[in-house]
Amino acid sequence: MAEEAGMFMVHQTIGSVLCCKCGIPMQPNVANMCVKCLRSEVDITEGLQKHVILVHCPECNRYLQPPRSWIPAQLESKELLTLCVKRVKNLNKVRLINAEFIWTEPHSKRIKVKLTVQKEVMNGAIIEQSYVVEYVQQEHMCESCSRIQANPDQWVAAVQLRQHVSHRRTFFYLEQLILKHGAAAASIKIKQLDQGIDFFFSNRSHGIKFVEFVGKVAPIRSRSDKQLVSHDSKSNNYNYKYTFSVEISPICREDLICLPPKVVVSLGNLGPLVICTKVTNNIALLDPFTLRHCFLDADQYWRTSFKSLLTSRQLVEYIVLDIETVSHEVNIGGSRYALADAQVARVSDFGKNDTIFSIRTHLGHILSPGDYALGYDLYGTNSNDIELEKYRGLVLPDAILVKKSYEEKRQKKRGKHRSWKLKTLDMETDDKVRVDQEKMNSEYEQFLKDLEENPDMRFNISLYRNREYQPSEMASVTDGEDVPSIPLEELLADLDLSEEEDREDGMKE
Amino acid sequence: MATRLKFENSCEVGVFSKLTNAYCLVANGGSESFYSAFDTELADVIPVVKTSISGTRIIGRLCVGNKNGLLLPHNTTDQELQHLRNSLPDQVVVRRVEERLSALGNCIVCNDHVALTHTDLDKETEEVIADVLGVEVFRQTIAGNILVGSYCAFSNRGGLVHPHTSIEDLDELSTLLQVPLVAGTVNRGSEVIAAGMTVNDWTAFCGSDTTATELSVIESVFKLREAQPSAIVDEMRKSLIDKNV
Repeated sequence: MAEEAGMFMVHQTIGSVLCCKCGIPMQPNVANMCVKCLRSEVDITEGLQKHVILVHCPECNRYLQPPRSWIPAQLESKELLTLCVKRVKNLNKVRLINAEFIWTEPHSKRIKVKLTVQKEVMNGAIIEQSYVVEYVQQEHMCESCSRIQANPDQWVAAVQLRQHVSHRRTFFYLEQLILKHGAAAASIKIKQLDQGIDFFFSNRSHGIKFVEFVGKVAPIRSRSDKQLVSHDSKSNNYNYKYTFSVEISPICREDLICLPPKVVVSLGNLGPLVICTKVTNNIALLDPFTLRHCFLDADQYWRTSFKSLLTSRQLVEYIVLDIETVSHEVNIGGSRYALADAQVARVSDFGKNDTIFSIRTHLGHILSPGDYALGYDLYGTNSNDIELEKYRGLVLPDAILVKKSYEEKRQKKRGKHRSWKLKTLDMETDDKVRVDQEKMNSEYEQFLKDLEENPDMRFNISLYRNREYQPSEMASVTDGEDVPSIPLEELLADLDLSEEEDREDGMKE
Repeated sequence: MATRLKFENSCEVGVFSKLTNAYCLVANGGSESFYSAFDTELADVIPVVKTSISGTRIIGRLCVGNKNGLLLPHNTTDQELQHLRNSLPDQVVVRRVEERLSALGNCIVCNDHVALTHTDLDKETEEVIADVLGVEVFRQTIAGNILVGSYCAFSNRGGLVHPHTSIEDLDELSTLLQVPLVAGTVNRGSEVIAAGMTVNDWTAFCGSDTTATELSVIESVFKLREAQPSAIVDEMRKSLIDKNV
């Protein structure tokens, strides 16, 4: 500052003094002692622990962070270093500058960490010193592991997920949602049953969390019960097993429903014949004759629960003979529809008789003469639905088309692998279910087709690239409209560290 | 020779004593061993006087003097003044100074020819110093410290200053003082030089923490090895005789 003001300043050369202990010349410092003498005079690591015991669980490879938490950590990992440093007592009295592992044999059960610390000594001189702390790894099984060791089937909470329908489509979809969100990561065991899945958890809160997750993706109702396993009246400890019974509404996508009169009135005279277009945590209903639609949330549904009149297994294939649009294309709840009058005939009738139905459909925008479509054959079915009988003057249409069919086109591609795959939950199966393996496989195939045809269904789930899939040369030759498939951009690469070559290939692409 | 000693478990011997070429003041009320250490070394050459200044024992920091005179702070009692006048040789002028900065020992340092003072000292005090002690007065700082009396000690033969003093400052100071100076420490690295030691032309007393290295620095810069009290007193006598004649 003085120099800025234009004052003359004498240049100051730092002289040297003799170290007061050993007498070597050195620059003057606060202690007026050379570094070596200062080191010999004071040991700043005095009072710091040099030997620490780490409690390690050999089963789950976790380390005890006192008082109770267990932290998963690999050898020489950042987490382990943090844990090690935290375990050294009195480290707050010095300033920690650096910490690093010194390599030790993994089997030696010893971990060595080199710590560099700083401390102020002797009226303001700061000394830096590094020393090695040896950690002895003591094996001690953690609570959860010892419980599992004692009895692997020991669960505290069970979630019984059920849907009383004849197919498993809902559970295939739910499985993918659970995988994507990692909702069942805490489960001990997953068991596949006839009309549902059982999830077992070691903790009640994990069970509750899982039920809450399911409640966000499906219209459910649940009840919980507990069973007293044991109790200690002296210390007032009670040991319960909790069971959550979760029922998913039996209404599925593409079901035809005849709404009960009460619901029809409460929804403003919707229907009563409606198609369910989408099921999330609420149910989307669409009247195919007027294009009116509405949503029912889980509460509303369970207040007056109803069943479907016909389900997607009873879909019949039709051929469209003529189509005449009545209205423009409209956007309803994210998907597009157009009312149209159509003349259709059952594919099974083709060549046998001349039965033609004149019907109204909401699929006017995608159907054109000659197309195949799937629909419910109300003309041929003999339904004895109670709800349907409550409507005296209701005139049923002969057929209700639900979706366009790609079956013909798909037949050309039959037998080829898909370019994508899904992950599956690790589920145990009961013997009863195993009998129906064939039925389940076909249902799964149907589910995969559904995924290909519906982009909004794919939206919530993770698809992975299938490495075994080789695109055939024929695939490039297409005629007209292609079968819906999943574009490559939507697929996730499965994390696979071992395959170095594959990754290089990927980079070349 | 330099001697190592302690005053009641304190190594700051320069606080509790004042040594010049003509007399030595020692704090009273201390242990007899502290007094006798001075007494055995000096008794046959110069008087060793036990005293307090303004009722305290920190006499080394409160007064300043050389062979010509002794300056005492304004709060010195009359009894103390009288006691010192009676005990000291006749040629030593004892004077009380009306100075706001009463710790004269911290603000002023001198040998028999030159004095360095605190920069804020009164003009009158400066004149009194020049008159009574018979010295040239310079206002100075040492390594940025204005308490020149605390951070350096010098005799007519050499001087020890604060360890952070730069080489340029050392040159300037030794030009003013006309004695060789060195930067150093006492009492195992303490930079408060004058508090840790007291020195005259032939002997020095240091705190007992002083290391061998520090002691050898002190002995060499103050030229204590070849120094003999008799030689100096002889020299003094000669000059006195010269004057008288």
